[in-house]
Amino acid sequence: MSKRVLTSGNEALAEGAIRAGCDCYFGYPITPQNELITYMAVHMPRLKRVFVQAESEVAAINMVYGAAAAGKRAMTSSSSPGISLKQEGISYLAGAELPALIVNVQRAGPGLGSIEPSQSDYWQATRGGGHGGYRVIVLAPYNAQEMHDQPALAFDLADKYRIPVMILSDGQIGQMMEPVVLREESPCPPPKPWALTGAKDRPHNIVRSYLPRAGLLEVHNKRLHAKYAQIEKNEVRAEASDLDDAKIMVVAYGTSARLAGGAIVQARKQGIAAGMLRPITLWPFPTAPIQSCLDRVKAVLVVELSAGQMVEDVRLAVTGKVPVHFFGRVGGGVPSIADVHEKIREVATSL
Amino acid sequence: MTETALYTRPQSLLDMDMFYCPGCGHGIVHKLIAELIDEFDLRGRTIAVAPVGCSVTAYDYLDVDFSESAHGRAPAVATGIKRARPDCFVFAYQGDGDLASIGMAEIIHAANRGENYTTIFINNTVYGMTGGQMAPTTLPGQKASTCPEGRDPVTTGYPIRICEMLNTLQAPAMIARTMVDSPANVRKTKQLLKKAFQCQLQGKGFSLVEILSPCPVYMRMEPKAAMEHVRKNVSAYFPVKVFRELATE
Repeated sequence: MSKRVLTSGNEALAEGAIRAGCDCYFGYPITPQNELITYMAVHMPRLKRVFVQAESEVAAINMVYGAAAAGKRAMTSSSSPGISLKQEGISYLAGAELPALIVNVQRAGPGLGSIEPSQSDYWQATRGGGHGGYRVIVLAPYNAQEMHDQPALAFDLADKYRIPVMILSDGQIGQMMEPVVLREESPCPPPKPWALTGAKDRPHNIVRSYLPRAGLLEVHNKRLHAKYAQIEKNEVRAEASDLDDAKIMVVAYGTSARLAGGAIVQARKQGIAAGMLRPITLWPFPTAPIQSCLDRVKAVLVVELSAGQMVEDVRLAVTGKVPVHFFGRVGGGVPSIADVHEKIREVATSL
Repeated sequence: MTETALYTRPQSLLDMDMFYCPGCGHGIVHKLIAELIDEFDLRGRTIAVAPVGCSVTAYDYLDVDFSESAHGRAPAVATGIKRARPDCFVFAYQGDGDLASIGMAEIIHAANRGENYTTIFINNTVYGMTGGQMAPTTLPGQKASTCPEGRDPVTTGYPIRICEMLNTLQAPAMIARTMVDSPANVRKTKQLLKKAFQCQLQGKGFSLVEILSPCPVYMRMEPKAAMEHVRKNVSAYFPVKVFRELATE
């Protein structure tokens, strides 16, 4: 029988990663993700798995690169300033087509910012973040249960497509405690004939992204982008609620989706037909699910803990067919449900 | 009359024309590594790391599993590989710009953790791949494209002696400096590399062999003069020495 526990989002994620067959964890302390590295420090060695506290975020992501190259399920976790430091390594993972899990428990920025929750790393996460023009799959959990469940999905997608996967959480979801039903897992990663294991009875394997001969790098990039197109076709995930009769479609993920959900309940009580489309994959972005609602909704409201980042993808999906409104707080500010509710009322009045 | 081959190309060295410049030391060291991989019968369980620098494509010449690494990050990548596959034999092949400048944090901490892999550190006192810029190991007065008047220690500091620095740490099992300026020293270098391999195979922990090596193009010398320069001037600043060595025969 599945066990139900009360736990923080960060610890739920750590336990989820362990149950998803994470062989190697490499990390560096930073708030608000410290519960995660601490949990791994306790539990990975007990399971005879690899835990290393690296000397830096840069080292941690490169340790992930090494373990992933060796064919193991490897992950790191951090928060916004640390994720910036990891971008070089993420670009190399993408270039060398190595599967890995990177967790960003976002805090507010820019710079050192503060440890309050934020969603201001959306652009960085969904646009590749490092140099060279690549993609990583980005998953957005919105409660402790999804923090627990998404590592398994992340590792499976990473292995299936040989691509780094990021879980983009935030300080609020990471820190808050909720009941979580623990997963029963028997992970079975696919065979990895490309991995570095020692070239016993086979030609040597090479993990590389350096392709200096004319034309080879373009061929490699075209293959990467064909893979990205497949992911866009197959792996979009989103949750629709109250959208069948909705005139206002709220689009929000993570903490913002929790606030928006509460606000929609209030709005419905006042007879405002609002519903929500919650992206679970931020890349690939749920363009088609948004477009499928445009024949009935009269307006879209995007709610984010930023000055407006995801709203750009929503506008690209909506292509001007209905007005797209935005509501957000920046710099660690978190709106109340009443604030979001007020914005929904304002949009309703404009219809 | 029967013919006996007294010398052949090591099996782990691929039959390729190397792209290294005439008189470069990389080819010599690659051959020594390949010979030792053969002698220890390690090809089937070796994973090597080649970070950014002239030797980033060392996998074109050495027939073992290989990972590239970002500039300076080889110690972190090697840590990840060795922790993930402790039964494999892991070595990283780093240059002086890579190891002693951009990757200084990674090498110090890998050494300090006593990571059980082997570092082969080629010190030719200059950046080769990018066109002869000043390295952290460039000698005082040595000309490079980013110190055209010669390295001035007043504004650029002095060459960093990596072995001496790492020798302050407790964990490393082997730290040694050698050079490949002559056949006799090439043989000595092979002996030291063999000890470093043994350190790892015996589970003693971190081993590093620094090899003073010529870069005739960016030392701005003929190959023979570059060898003599390594012997006379480079080794005068970077003494050839076994700093510690814990392997057993």
